[in-house]
Amino acid sequence: MGNWMIVPVVLPLIVGALTVLAVRHDLILQRVFSAFTVVGLLAVSIALVFHAAHTGPEMYALGNWPTPFGIVLVLDRLSAMMVLLTSILAAIVWFYASREWDKRGKHFHALFQFQLMGINGAFLTGDFFNLFVFFEVLLIASYGLMLHGAGGERLKAGMQYIIVNLTGSSLFLIGVGLIYSVTGTLNMADLALKVPLVPDSDLALLKAGALILFLVFCIKAAMVPMHFWLPGTYANAPAPVAALFAIMTKVGAYSILRLYSLAFGGSAGDLSWLVAPYLLPAAIVTLVVGMVGVVAARYVTQMVAFAVVGSMGTLMISISLFTPASVAAGLYYMLHSTFAGAALFLIADLIISRRGQFGGSLHAAPEIRQSGLIAALFFMGAIAMASLPPLSGFLGKLQILSASQNSPHMIWIWAVILGTSFLNIIGFGRAGSVLFWKSSAIEGDIQTASDQTFPHQTIIAAGMMLAMLVALTVFAGPVTGYLHDTSAELFDTSGYIRAVMGADTPVAEVTTVAPFAQ
Amino acid sequence: MEFLVASSIGLLSACGVYMLLRGRTFPVVIGLSLLSYAVNVFLFAMGRLQVDMPPILSDTATGYTDPLPQALVLTAIVISFGMTAVIVVLALRTYLEIGNDHVDGLPGEPTDSGETK
Repeated sequence: MGNWMIVPVVLPLIVGALTVLAVRHDLILQRVFSAFTVVGLLAVSIALVFHAAHTGPEMYALGNWPTPFGIVLVLDRLSAMMVLLTSILAAIVWFYASREWDKRGKHFHALFQFQLMGINGAFLTGDFFNLFVFFEVLLIASYGLMLHGAGGERLKAGMQYIIVNLTGSSLFLIGVGLIYSVTGTLNMADLALKVPLVPDSDLALLKAGALILFLVFCIKAAMVPMHFWLPGTYANAPAPVAALFAIMTKVGAYSILRLYSLAFGGSAGDLSWLVAPYLLPAAIVTLVVGMVGVVAARYVTQMVAFAVVGSMGTLMISISLFTPASVAAGLYYMLHSTFAGAALFLIADLIISRRGQFGGSLHAAPEIRQSGLIAALFFMGAIAMASLPPLSGFLGKLQILSASQNSPHMIWIWAVILGTSFLNIIGFGRAGSVLFWKSSAIEGDIQTASDQTFPHQTIIAAGMMLAMLVALTVFAGPVTGYLHDTSAELFDTSGYIRAVMGADTPVAEVTTVAPFAQ
Repeated sequence: MEFLVASSIGLLSACGVYMLLRGRTFPVVIGLSLLSYAVNVFLFAMGRLQVDMPPILSDTATGYTDPLPQALVLTAIVISFGMTAVIVVLALRTYLEIGNDHVDGLPGEPTDSGETK
């Protein structure tokens, strides 16, 4: 069963290649091929989650080269869960895009497949040069998707997005090079064994390498001060693509969590919890910047993009505490914020496609078609994003608050999380009242070319995204149980290391707790 | 040799970063290429600098150079070539579409980032 972990990487690769080679002129066949992948990924990733929950971490050696010389994929609870999250998101995005978005450019489905391959690979890899390669795969695909059905504004935003990420890739290589030069390994589990043994004279180099990598992951996760690329990119990306991109910031969060709990965590000696002191302030500022951006936004997509920045701040606050409880709470909030952000991008697209020349601007315009239904969807999405009860965001934030109770920075964390939630409510409340209430008072009719009929498929897709939030709330008990096991597994790194390096590897004891834990 | 390699990496990255911070797409593309050359040379140096040493184990060799950085550099070169091609094409397309080669669009012109069509 463990060998099935290669499927989330190889299946989209094969289908993506086939899509380009065999069916590039036939949109219907492209959709069928794509559907085959998303259904297959969904089935495999559900199986992988159950497998990971029962057997613990497992390794797949590509080409059967012995570790640490070969490249490995590692499946544990965290990576299995992230792959499942990607698959669910991909299935809904496929459903939404297959109505009309995939007609606007040529290779939507092929790029979509390669994007899935890169994301799944980044979650599963156990080798950090390989992580670089999968980052590049997902970025190359995302450049294509971002520019899908191009236009002047989108090209400009895409240009900035690519420049930022290419610079990030250069930094990534420098970080990897520095770490390799000191430890002589690229395998994450092997690195975890080597880091405590690094002599004092090389510690500065290793620290520099680890912090440069941290910078790169922060660019991916859109943390202040490296968040500038996100609002422009996400606000200008096509809606289904922006919804899929909701997982991309989480790739950065995942990498930070993985590398800095495994290799630079409790057993790393002098470099224990290397990033915690930098991560917490950055996360707090990110949250504030994001939510102030929500209030200040002039376009609905821009507002959602800033809300995504803010939710990354909340997530990173809970990760930066590096306690099992806070990481479990953060992971729950991550599941929530991925679906909430994606749902809001889809709903924003439903609004914009009906507003004709008014676009996404937050000014009153004549009433849009299906106004009541879309207002209800928007209302639900806004509740989710602002983390009000009864949806899962409330549970997530409550867990984060309670997990930060014993932290010395508890006052800051509580004040910022609660205060910015209020800003979030104001921002979304204003947008909702302008888009739906004021608009209903304005005479006239908007002429739009598309969506004259009732678009079942797009509304159902947006509803499905919200339904995932409801499901997350209803099954909060089992999900939280799984996440607590996940974070316990993250903090007790011996299982991961033994799975990769062999069962009889001597593993260093976890000796220190994170600086903000107690 | 160490001094020569280190200072050339430093010079390449300094020029790369300077060009990267320019406002027009062409210098930015050149800056990114310079930066990626600097990174490639840097990765080479990560296996320690050795002259005339084989990267393959054999009984007769007196010493070895680390083959892994060379494999990494090969991958990195391929990726950075591909990326340069992408960004050159995109810069051209952006120029044709919005009529100027400024990374931010025309300075002072209001943007309409809510438009997704």
